Amino acid sequence: MFSLILSTTARAIMPLTLVFSVYLLMRGHNAPGGGFVGGLIAAVAFAIASLADGVATARRALVVDPRRLMAVGLALALASGFGGVAAGQPFLTGQWAEVMVPVVGKIGTPLVFDVGVYLAVLGVSLTMLFALSEED
Amino acid sequence: MLYAVLAGFAGAGIAPLAHRALGRASGWVLAAIPLALTLYFASFLPAVSAGEVIRWSRAWVPSLGVVLSFELDGLGLIFALLISGIGTLIVVYAGGYLAGDPKLGRLYALLLAFMASMLGLVLSANLILLFVFWELTSITSYLLIGHKHESEKARKAALQALLVTVTGGLALLAGLLLLGIAGDSFDLPLLVARRDLIAAHPLYPAIVLLVAAGAFTKSAQMPLHFWLPGAMEAPTPVSAYLHSATMVKAGVFLLARLAPLLAGSVLWYGLLVGFGTLTMVVSAFLATQQTDLKRVLAYTTVSALGTLTMLIGLGTPAALKAAVVLVGAHALYKAALFMVAGIVDHKTGTRDILRLSGLRTALPITTVGAGLAALSAGGLVPFSGFLAKETTYAALIEFPWLLAASVLANAFGMLVALVVGWRIFTGESQVIPDDPGPVPVALWQGPLLLGIAGLLLGVFGWMGEGIVAHAASDMAGQRVPVKLALWQGFEFEALLALGLSVFTLLLGLAFYKAHGLLLRLATSLDWLYQRGPYRLFDLGLAAFVSLAKWQTQILQHGYLRYYILTVVVTLLPIGVLLAAPGSPVWPVTFGPVGLFETALVAVVLASTAFVMSTDSRMAAVAGLGGVGYGVALLYLSYGAPDLALTQFAIETLSVVIFVLVLYRLPEFRVLTTRAQRLRDAVIATSAGAVMTLLVLAAQSQSGASRVSGFFAEQSVPAAMGRNVVNVILVDFRSLDTLGEVVVLVVAALGVFALLKLRPEGEAH
Repeated sequence: MFSLILSTTARAIMPLTLVFSVYLLMRGHNAPGGGFVGGLIAAVAFAIASLADGVATARRALVVDPRRLMAVGLALALASGFGGVAAGQPFLTGQWAEVMVPVVGKIGTPLVFDVGVYLAVLGVSLTMLFALSEED
Repeated sequence: MLYAVLAGFAGAGIAPLAHRALGRASGWVLAAIPLALTLYFASFLPAVSAGEVIRWSRAWVPSLGVVLSFELDGLGLIFALLISGIGTLIVVYAGGYLAGDPKLGRLYALLLAFMASMLGLVLSANLILLFVFWELTSITSYLLIGHKHESEKARKAALQALLVTVTGGLALLAGLLLLGIAGDSFDLPLLVARRDLIAAHPLYPAIVLLVAAGAFTKSAQMPLHFWLPGAMEAPTPVSAYLHSATMVKAGVFLLARLAPLLAGSVLWYGLLVGFGTLTMVVSAFLATQQTDLKRVLAYTTVSALGTLTMLIGLGTPAALKAAVVLVGAHALYKAALFMVAGIVDHKTGTRDILRLSGLRTALPITTVGAGLAALSAGGLVPFSGFLAKETTYAALIEFPWLLAASVLANAFGMLVALVVGWRIFTGESQVIPDDPGPVPVALWQGPLLLGIAGLLLGVFGWMGEGIVAHAASDMAGQRVPVKLALWQGFEFEALLALGLSVFTLLLGLAFYKAHGLLLRLATSLDWLYQRGPYRLFDLGLAAFVSLAKWQTQILQHGYLRYYILTVVVTLLPIGVLLAAPGSPVWPVTFGPVGLFETALVAVVLASTAFVMSTDSRMAAVAGLGGVGYGVALLYLSYGAPDLALTQFAIETLSVVIFVLVLYRLPEFRVLTTRAQRLRDAVIATSAGAVMTLLVLAAQSQSGASRVSGFFAEQSVPAAMGRNVVNVILVDFRSLDTLGEVVVLVVAALGVFALLKLRPEGEAH
């Protein structure tokens, strides 16, 4: 059941939602937000797209397989932990660079970790969502 | 030194890719990794021989006393050299042996990962670190034995090896933790300094029993030896590397490492000498009862492991010296003989010693390698095996019974050496069906080089005196003088040992003459062998599986609603405890509640009532969404924007997912009776009450607020973030978050597998 209104709105909303999710991810360390909620919001964007235009369209919009996103996210989170090891501290100890970036604040391995969480959560939600909504 | 250990894991990562890129030459190229490690470790030889101990350490989990600390001493260096040196030859050999096997890349990866784990194990100076590497060797061994995973036999053997060694690993973990408690540290050098404290500790007997259990499973001591002959299902490079030269020595290594801490009691002595001697003799005899070349060698390996256990148990300087020499000599000749067995199998397609003869014409270079290795295995002058046997006899002179047992075991070993190094190569040349052509260099280089090494180390044994002396001293906790020479002089002990060697040789020759008789004995004793410990293991495993099936049928009946019911009902007693007078719940105090919150609660309650009364699924889902949004707004009004934000996102996604699931369900119908619904209502209400009580109880605990105070204070200075919730998630408690993300990923894979993966040909 295709709805022109839903489809048009979804196309307008989706990029905004995605930008918002990345914004939440980036500012998460200092204001409400973070990788977990950012990933969920991004998943909502694709969920709306799949409801409006079908799963195939949503999949194309995502470009990569969500299962790959899970793997990449998990690997990134894990890899960020070795920053501490390389600096001679325990695994997962945060390492910070002395640069300030607008919105984000300081850059450090916890941000990398959070990006990993973002990707993994997005991958997990969409893997389930797509699996449930696809006819096979 | 950490990087030396990790290099193997890195190599494992690139091995499959390298193999794909390089094709046939991959073995030679990949061997560069273990070769580089061998040279790296060899560069420490002068320093360590001079008595230096190289240490390297870095914090890992400092709060638990787990430190990445490595230590290169005499014992560690000998093992490290054996592991990386033989590893080099094995990688090349595997490239020739499994040429064309599509899974060769995977095998390289596992071999290198195993090598790295083994290096980590022998270099660890921290008990927990040692245990981690110990388990890694068990896992890589499991995967390597199961290389031919299409074969049921291989899978069974792999599982058996895994179950036996991992059960032992569990005992070892308990033993090491108790050791850590008794000595108040996991640091090995520190524990050695506190040995008197440990020996007097009430936990001492438990520690020794548990550690011995771990070591015995890994080093295949009777009656837990049966997994090792079974592991011969593995491809021959794996058998030669893991199950003769390195991994099975891990248990012996552990005993040697912990000997300075634990030795000196009757318990230690009795366990090690008792089981060691039993294993040495019985499995040497069992080796003569086999006809499969690899199984023959496997049983002699078990016998050598028994000898090593016995020597470490004796703990005299002479015995420890003999153990070190035997470790080295045995690794060289046994790995070579396994590789020979592989070549024979490769060439002729059989490993049955009764069907093999006259191979010297077909396999000329292999014959030389096999001959050299067999001479060392038989303990002949001037090979390193001779030194091992001489030092062993010299160490046992004070113990006549053990000496007799050792002579007997060595005579059986002599018989095996003759079979492997003489019998199958001499006699009438046989016709080889499906001859695969000449044996490539990659295959024969291994046994030849190891055979020559065994010879050179025998002739130039004095060059290794420094390192052997330090290894033995590390175990003994005192200086052990070592003199390694083929001719030990005219002292009584030396002459007696020499005489016994000659006697062993003659006895071995006699056994060789009687080999046919021994094999006939094997046929008539078959009924007994069918009832060996492995049979007990099979029965135990079968009983365990049926127990698991039985309890699964009771608990996991497949009705989701009853699962939830069971979980909830199990929780109810907690509620009873919490509601009792005097629990931390009472007295309940309420803060001020505003109009906004009251209105929200009213909305949530109204939505709940709607969900229960509607008979449209879609409406129920929307109602549940309303409940969730109401709760999220409550979070917001109490100043938890992060929680609220997450709750909004979760609610939205769950409604979408619910809709997708409901779409597939049949029409709504009432299937329950009134009584059932009443029961469910009572249980649901009780569950709600329990949750309320739990929240109240949590509120009244003051400990929680202390932690949150710390987090709030440290958030900006220590973690550079002003959003405490996020800082906790990605910094203070990031390990928890990592774990949760893993759980999510596993759950998603589970959903995917349930919905998408079906056996081929099965309809949706």
